[in-house]
Amino acid sequence: MKQYLKNTFDGIYTVLVGMKITFKHLFTPAVTIQYPDVKVKLPDRVRNRLYVNMDDCIGCDQCSRACPVSCIEIETVKSIPGEDLGITSNGKKKALWVTKFNIDIAKCCYCQLCVFPCPTECIYMTDVYEFAEYERSNFLYKFATLTDEESAQKKINYEKFQAEKAAAAAKPKPETPAQTENKSE
Amino acid sequence: MALKTETMVLNMGPQHPSTHGVLRLELEIEGELILSVKPHIGYLHRCFEKHAEAMTYPQVIPYTDRLDYLAAMGNNFGYVIAVEKLLGIQIPERVEYIRIIMAELQRIASHLVAIATNGADIGALTPFLYLFRDREYILSLFEMTCGARMLYNYMWIGGLSHDIHPDFVRKTKEFIIHFRPTIIELNNLLTFNKIFIERTANIGILPIDTAINFGASGPVLRGSGLPFDVRREDPYSIYNRFDFEIPTGKGLVGTVGDCWDRYYVRVLEMEQSLRIIEQAIDNIPEGDVHSAIPKRIKPPKGTVYARVENPRGELGYFIISDGNLNPFRVKVRAPSFVNLEVMGELCKGHLVADVIAILGSLDIVLGEIDR
Amino acid sequence: MYQFLYDLIGNEILAGLLVAVVPLTIILVFALFGIWLERKVSAHMQDRLGPMRTGWHGWLQTVADLMKMLQKEDIIATDADKTLYNIAPVLVFSGSFAAYAVIPFSSKLLGSEVEIGIFYVLAISSLVVAGILMAGWSANNKYSLLGAMRAVAQIISYEIPTALIVLSMVMLMGTLSLDKISQMQTSSFWNWNIFGGAVFGLSKFLLIPFMFIAALILFISTLAEVNRVPFDIPEAESELVAGYFTEYCGMKWGMFMLAEYGNMFAVSAIIVILFFGGYQSPIGYFGNSIGVQWLVPFEQGFWFIAKGLTLVFVQMWLRWTLPRLRVDQLMTVCWKYLIPYAFLNLIIIGIISLL
Ligand code: SF4
Ligand code: SF4
Repeated sequence: MKQYLKNTFDGIYTVLVGMKITFKHLFTPAVTIQYPDVKVKLPDRVRNRLYVNMDDCIGCDQCSRACPVSCIEIETVKSIPGEDLGITSNGKKKALWVTKFNIDIAKCCYCQLCVFPCPTECIYMTDVYEFAEYERSNFLYKFATLTDEESAQKKINYEKFQAEKAAAAAKPKPETPAQTENKSE
Repeated sequence: MALKTETMVLNMGPQHPSTHGVLRLELEIEGELILSVKPHIGYLHRCFEKHAEAMTYPQVIPYTDRLDYLAAMGNNFGYVIAVEKLLGIQIPERVEYIRIIMAELQRIASHLVAIATNGADIGALTPFLYLFRDREYILSLFEMTCGARMLYNYMWIGGLSHDIHPDFVRKTKEFIIHFRPTIIELNNLLTFNKIFIERTANIGILPIDTAINFGASGPVLRGSGLPFDVRREDPYSIYNRFDFEIPTGKGLVGTVGDCWDRYYVRVLEMEQSLRIIEQAIDNIPEGDVHSAIPKRIKPPKGTVYARVENPRGELGYFIISDGNLNPFRVKVRAPSFVNLEVMGELCKGHLVADVIAILGSLDIVLGEIDR
Repeated sequence: MYQFLYDLIGNEILAGLLVAVVPLTIILVFALFGIWLERKVSAHMQDRLGPMRTGWHGWLQTVADLMKMLQKEDIIATDADKTLYNIAPVLVFSGSFAAYAVIPFSSKLLGSEVEIGIFYVLAISSLVVAGILMAGWSANNKYSLLGAMRAVAQIISYEIPTALIVLSMVMLMGTLSLDKISQMQTSSFWNWNIFGGAVFGLSKFLLIPFMFIAALILFISTLAEVNRVPFDIPEAESELVAGYFTEYCGMKWGMFMLAEYGNMFAVSAIIVILFFGGYQSPIGYFGNSIGVQWLVPFEQGFWFIAKGLTLVFVQMWLRWTLPRLRVDQLMTVCWKYLIPYAFLNLIIIGIISLL
């Protein structure tokens, strides 16, 4: 009987305690924001969409090798003497034409492993996070600045140069341009 | 005269509001009474262990994030400790301190989700939102530090990906001050609510010997009354420097080892984590968090097993190295996987509604179970 | 109201239909408002904002949802019993709609002045049970079936404490007519039944505590009858997905929702009538004091709806505070707690009213 009355009392009392708490919260200001209208300020280290500053990329392929999901695809063609590719902002001399620099952002897991090894700090994560697409193919971001014809031209140039060099040395060197080998998952 | 009736098989999940992901429970029921429960797993299988064999050691870390995605810091922690053991490297003090603060913050965040979902499964949706509000705060601390909210890839072999943000210490202290009243509020609103007690006390009692036999760990084991905590039993990192208690289930409102005990152990653990953070936050030594990161991670041949106390229990990594850049084998001892085993034992003789309460109190994460 | 319209139009059917339109409008408007209110109340209790985009603080959100629901494809599972499946929502809705027929919103606005109003409400609300059972059975879904089983057990059990409290009130008031009960509690809140009724004397003061208990029991048991938290186990979304209406979609689902919100207000109205003076103003009428007689019924309507909404708010408040009970505990609460208390209360009120 005592337990019975205690249960009744506990039941009502704890409910009232809970109601008091929720009632108090009825008047505390909301902690949520109206998202598309109001946006939170993201911290500066935030990891979202990748961006590659192609002016600085030397095509060293380190980012691609660091990526655990192999979503960066890089193809490069060596430049021939006489071509000036400029230097990067931290003073490295570029020697490779980057004919292909694709990031499949749909595969990317935003781990940031590609960012750290880059010698010129040209691949980095931005604070853009709203980039939904209707087509999956749109997620293949192509960063290479050269057009297809240009890269084809560069390839031909290089092959020509190789052939010339081979002819000059009469002893061809078996060398192919550095290429990314993509392990498929 | 007993009426001859058929039992009914009810599939709970993989699409069900409270199976915490994609678990499928096959319930054999008679009316609402449970005769047997069979968990079916594998809907979230992502071949983590096979993947790891094709990755270099640092590349595995983002994958470990995705095991127990509610406690990614803890997962990183276990993995890097294992590899560091294999490499035999010393890591700077600063790194140790930051790692411990992160792991404890993560423990709070993870327990918040566990408590919140346990409450929400039983029908209390409001505490859920309050606790998620505070979890957001922790996630913002992480975001500020490493840029990600859930899958951090923060702890690296030999160091950390980023040093802490200049504001981190201040904001963490703010969080502690702000968070203590939340625990009290939670206790008033949910923990000691009569209905909640009725729903969880004396439900799903896990006796201590059964818990040990099944290999349960974490709050599930401690809820049964055994103060087993890897942080104390097998101190890794610098846990032996801190003063904290190991809360166990006492059967305060029911029997030792019931759902309420498992739940309450988590509430008490949050308080202990706060204590550890408080002890660590002011003593972070100066140093460079990148200094001990090896240029090339190529451990010698050998095997290693390292375990950490993740929010869900003992998380162990068994790594075999054949001296290459890739691990030969990475095996994960996932606490949720082991803890889920007791499900069938706990549910017998209870009602359908209790399955939800029991599952909530076991606090499983499917990412870790299916890997 | 019917009499008035009948005199005006002179056609029974037309007058009857017109009378029926009033509660229908009220139920629809209330459902729209109630769902919005529920969202806002829950949101603010949870430190959120709730719907904000459609109209001022999202007040058009429910209308937008209604539009969406009307456009939805009506999916019926192949193995469902189609006839029952289609009838069920209508039955559930009509059960709660019919209860409005006798609720006096003000002294002038009531559908039918039946003498046995309260009895009628108790009876007609049981129609809902049939609808729920149909819905749960016909959908051929195990969750629906479990939900329906729970719902039926729950609603039928909780009718007993409800009936006991109603009985004690009827005993005290000596009438079954909701209008008369309201009329008796006139002029000031001190005359409301919760404060012992209009008859001044010793018994009034003796009655007050028991009236509070009675009101509480009635509130709890009606809460269970309309499946609100902590008694929402028939539709416990974390256990049974959505209970008996798991398989419904589109406007049929909407009908269940309408019925739920209609019921919420209906039971609040009953409590208001029995304990909180019905449509009577707690502080006297503005219309009377300035001598504008036609204002009085409007004021009464206002007070009635205000009181009803307050109770609805309390229902929502409870919902967003409490976890839900388990099915056996629900029965425990009913049979072991509410019914004995209600019985005791009935006896004590009986004795006091004899004094
Ligand atoms: S962030 Fe990670 S997954 Fe994405 S491209 Fe860089 S390395 Fe690859
Ligand atoms: S690491 Fe940097 S420089 Fe090298 S290829 Fe990648 S983006 Fe270009």
